[in-house]
Parts: sequence; structure tokens; C-alpha cells
Amino acid sequence: MKKVKADPKGVLTGAHYLDGDFAIAEGALAAGCRFFAGYPITPSTETAERFAERIPYVGGVFIQMEDEIASITALIGASWGGLKPMTVTSGPGFSLMMENIGLACMMEVPLVIANVQRGGPSTGLPTLVGQQDMMQVRWGSHGDYEIIALSPDSPQECFDLTIKAFNLAEIYRVPTFVMTDECVGHMHEKVVIPAVEEIEVINRKWYEGPKDKYLPYKPDKDLVPFMVKAGDGYRFHTTGLTHDERGYPIINAECQDWCVRHLVDKIRTNAPKIIEYEEEETDGAEVVVISYGITSRVAIKAVQQARKAGIKVGTLRLITVWPFPEDRIKELAGKIKAFVVPEINMGQIRREVERCAFGQAPAIGVSHCGGWVHNPDDIFKAIKEAAR
Amino acid sequence: MKEEDRLEEKNPIEEFLRMDRIPHIWCPGCGIGTVLTSFAHALRKSQLDLTKVAVVSGIGCTGRVAGYIKLDSFHSTHGRAIPFATGLKLANPELKVVVFSGDGDIVGIGGNHFIHAARRDMDILVICVNNFNYAMTGGQVAATTPLQANLSTAPYGNFEYPFSLPYLADACGATYVARWTALHLRRITKSIQEGLAKKGFSFIEVITPCVTLYARRNRLGDGLNLLKYYYENSEIQHGADTRTLDISYQGKITVGKFIDREKPTFLECMNTHLKKVLGDKYQPHGV
Repeated sequence: MKKVKADPKGVLTGAHYLDGDFAIAEGALAAGCRFFAGYPITPSTETAERFAERIPYVGGVFIQMEDEIASITALIGASWGGLKPMTVTSGPGFSLMMENIGLACMMEVPLVIANVQRGGPSTGLPTLVGQQDMMQVRWGSHGDYEIIALSPDSPQECFDLTIKAFNLAEIYRVPTFVMTDECVGHMHEKVVIPAVEEIEVINRKWYEGPKDKYLPYKPDKDLVPFMVKAGDGYRFHTTGLTHDERGYPIINAECQDWCVRHLVDKIRTNAPKIIEYEEEETDGAEVVVISYGITSRVAIKAVQQARKAGIKVGTLRLITVWPFPEDRIKELAGKIKAFVVPEINMGQIRREVERCAFGQAPAIGVSHCGGWVHNPDDIFKAIKEAAR
Repeated sequence: MKEEDRLEEKNPIEEFLRMDRIPHIWCPGCGIGTVLTSFAHALRKSQLDLTKVAVVSGIGCTGRVAGYIKLDSFHSTHGRAIPFATGLKLANPELKVVVFSGDGDIVGIGGNHFIHAARRDMDILVICVNNFNYAMTGGQVAATTPLQANLSTAPYGNFEYPFSLPYLADACGATYVARWTALHLRRITKSIQEGLAKKGFSFIEVITPCVTLYARRNRLGDGLNLLKYYYENSEIQHGADTRTLDISYQGKITVGKFIDREKPTFLECMNTHLKKVLGDKYQPHGV
């Protein structure tokens, strides 16, 4: 990985009043994203609109594709063309992208996808909030692979985590997701865009060895292979088929084992460096509330109520959702009575917490099917039950 | 044996092939290799810097071209070679990007991308090998199968109207449209040369024999029989009205260069328009 100075053209230093969708576009521009391909879909469209308006002054391409399949695929091409690409979407569009998210994983291409989640399934609730794609982002394309997913809880974090998403995508040559939701996407708040020097931008590792020795899938020490771009004279090949270090298809069990384990190990081995979460008052807590995105902000009220009622409540807010902080959950599970996991779905992350707790502590879900955020009282009730 | 003693044994287009991937998977009598050979000859004649030419394929028999051609080459997903090429070209406009894929890939599953790339005049060359069926999966009916032809998912004969690809490409705004058969080696080469030199969305359809599936199921004989059919039934009509190019089962095939027009590409339109509207504040891309 190579740390570079942010390109000042993309950085609107100063304090702004922005919604989460706009902040994602600004984060992308600050991170050096110069290619955006997308298709309009509520509640994510504002990111595309902002990008389309800003990119002519920054230099780069905005293209509105014919559908989300074309959008994600154009990103893969653009990444091999040397640019940092992104798209934004929501439920139905996200479903359409799944096959080529698999291609991006297989070709090990850095790119960023923001999903401003709305209620599903199907067309569901186009204009209202959901957090129902948290497992889809992890497992939605066929086969085994690993991705990175982040979950911002505010427009400021939409900005910050979009930059982080680009950096992670570039470091690990992996599709990285900003899994926000309609509430955060449409929430207007103060967003501070720092000075150019304060923005950390990381670029992919470019291969610089002899032209005839380049192997697109030879893992480096950190398991991440070096990249080149089309037109640099390497005349390389890459495919969505199971392939060897040369990128050549090899259709047998041995190569499949090497290829798939590499995709998975690359992220799992580096997980401790990737994972980020925010903890408060977990020392000595009887109950730990695990939440992410908009729900973590709603949960604050319930946590305050519970503390007033004398319950020792800690909080763990997931910033990285995938890879999941398994070790920390396991550790906490041995020390507390129960986890409470409020989320705007039917218990997707709750089940993950339960898995990581290894039976040491129950994970009590507070599920909501979407359309609105939780009533904090429901979360409070679950905390009381957990503390009993 | 020394390299120089081996000359006559060398494949004449070896410099364009990944020899470590040969032998290829195509059947005896297949026409894809013919089109690939013509492509290699066109590259040689065009004298393009080969490090600046990229090939994108989708999935299927023709999709394997990306694996054999020794250029920056991308074997993408089924139907998505065109949007992949769109991203590649826009990110690095100095590249000459060629989509090389089959009929099922380009106008079946990928039909939507085809019409839109032609509409926005994306500066790519699309070579579509049309063998009238889905061959990689065992000979199923396609959007290009002539009426009556028998295929495994049309076991009583095809009753769906097929696309006429040059007509479709023309209607969507392609700047260059040609059709040939696998018999027209030198003409394919010339068309590909023209397509490589052409700015904008260029489209070349090549009708090729699928001996193992299409021909066998329809009892049309071997590769030679199909080439004879092309020889006896293809008629060169440059500039023919693209509305008249339907192909009926074992019927006449009109071939030729039908469209060759000039218009600004997507990137040229983008740069010109935004420069006009935004003036000096506009940061042009890829110029």
C-alpha cells in the first residue's frame, strides 16, 4: 500500500451542512474516486446527483448506466483501467449487482459500493429505512469469498468511512461496502471536511518488476497480490473462472482450493487490522448493547434510561460489520449476562452475535421490519429483560 | 530444436497468442478460430501498439478468446463484456478496447448493454461471433436462431423470431456495422482493421459454423458443408438497407459493410458539452 496526499481538487475543506448521501459523494471525491457509474434508485440517488454535479470541476467520469448490473461491471473495468471507482444503490439494485460483486472478488478488484438500505424484500419500502441487507452484503453472491463492510451512523461518518472504504478496497484489492441506511442517508448534519493534509489516502500496490514476470494473483507477504493497469504493457489475463497465479483458468479441485482459500484468507488473516468498533462502559457491564448505523443512535436513549434505572449497560457500536469482531464478542460474552441487539431486520446480526458468544451469553434481538427506527422503549425493555 | 529451425512449425499468429494456453478448447470445424486469426492479422496490419489494445470477452465458446489472445485480456461475466469494456475505456481512454464474444452473450443476455453502448456511441469495437446457438452449454436455442432450426431447447424447431444484428446495431446508432461469414477471411480482417481505426461504436457480426451442435442437430453435415452453404448463399451488398438483412433457415445471407458514419463518441460529447456549459472551470477527461 502506498500513502499519498489527497488530490486537493476533490477536497471541499470546511464545515458543511450535508445529508449522508451527499457526504458519501464528498468522501469518495476526497479519497480520489474519479469514476462513478450508477443507476437511479431511492434512497441513494442523491449521491449520484452530487457526483454528477461535482466531477466536471474535479476531473473524471460520471456515467449513468442502463442498470445496476452494468454499473458494477463498469466499475470493475474502470478499476483495471487504473481509476478508483464507486457506485451507490439500494435494495433491488443491490440484488442486481450480486453476480458481478462475485467477479470483483474473484478478479480482486478495488472498488466501493454504497448501499443506502431501504425496507425489503423486493420493492419493499423505497423511501423508508431498513437494515436488511447486512447478510446479503456478506453472502449475496454465490460461492465463498470475503468482503469488507462498514456502517456509518451519521453524515460525518458517511464522509469519513467512504474514505476509509476506498483505502481498505485499495489495500486489500477487495470490494468494500458502505452499508448505510435511508435515515442516515437523508439526515442533514454538520459535516467537517478536513484540510487536504489531514486526509489519509492509500493507493493500491502497483507492480513495478519486469514486464514478463508479472503474476496478477501471486500473493505478497500480506496475501494481497500486486496490481497493474491495462495499457501498462504487461499483456496480462484475468478471469472470473477459478485461476492460478498467472490468472489462467485451471478447472480442478486443487486450484479451486488454492484460489478460494486465498480470497478468504486474505481478509480473515488481516481482519484484526481491518476491524473497527466503538465501545463504551463495557468494563463491568451486565448487558452490552450491540448496534450499528442509525439504530446505534436510537439505542443511546434506551441505554441512558437503563443506566438511570441502575442497570450496568455497555455499548459496542460496529463500525466495521464485516469482517465481524468475533474475538471481542467472544471475550465479552464470558463476562456479561446478555447481549441486546437492536436492528432494523429480523435478527441478522443478532444471530452472528449469538454464534460468536459460543453459548456463554444469550443475544436478545430487538427486531424491526423497517419503515421507521425503533421506539427506544422497546430496546429499554430488552435491556431490562437481559439484566434479570 | 532451435527456435529458427522451427519457423515453419510455428503458428503464424504466435506473437498474438498465449502459447502456454494452447491447445484451445474449440471443436474441429468451429469458426471462432478463424475469426481470431483474422483479428490477429488485422492487428498486425493495423500496426497498433499491442500494449494499448485490450480485449474483453463474456462467457461462452467465443468468450474464451480473451484467454488465448496475448493482450491485456479480460474474461468477464455472461453478457457483461460491454459494460466492462465501457468502464475500461472510460478509465483509460488511450486504450483501444475490443469486445470479442458470442451472440448469446452480446445480444441475448447482454442485449440491454449492447443497445445502450451503441446509443451513447461508446468508443469500442464489438466483434460478435454468431453461431446461431448457445454452444458452450450444449446447443440451446438463441435470440439469433433462424426459424425452423432445431436445438436442444427447441426440439421441435425454433418458432421465435430472431434478431437481425446489423439492423439492431444500426437502429441503436452504431457508427460502423458489417456482417461476414467465416468464409470471408480477408474481408473480416479488413473490417476489423476498419473497426479498429474507427472512432465510436463499431460492430462486426461473423456468422460461423457450429459443427458439433447446430450442424449435427440439424443434419447439415460438417464444417466444410457449412462453408459451402455460406459460399453458395452469401451475397455481398455493401450499404444494403439494414431492414433487409434477416437470415432464414439455410437461406440467403446478405453480407457486407452496411454502415460507416461519423459522429462524436461518448467522451467527445461529454467533453464538448461540459466545456461549453462550464467554460474553463471544466476539467476535461481523457484528452
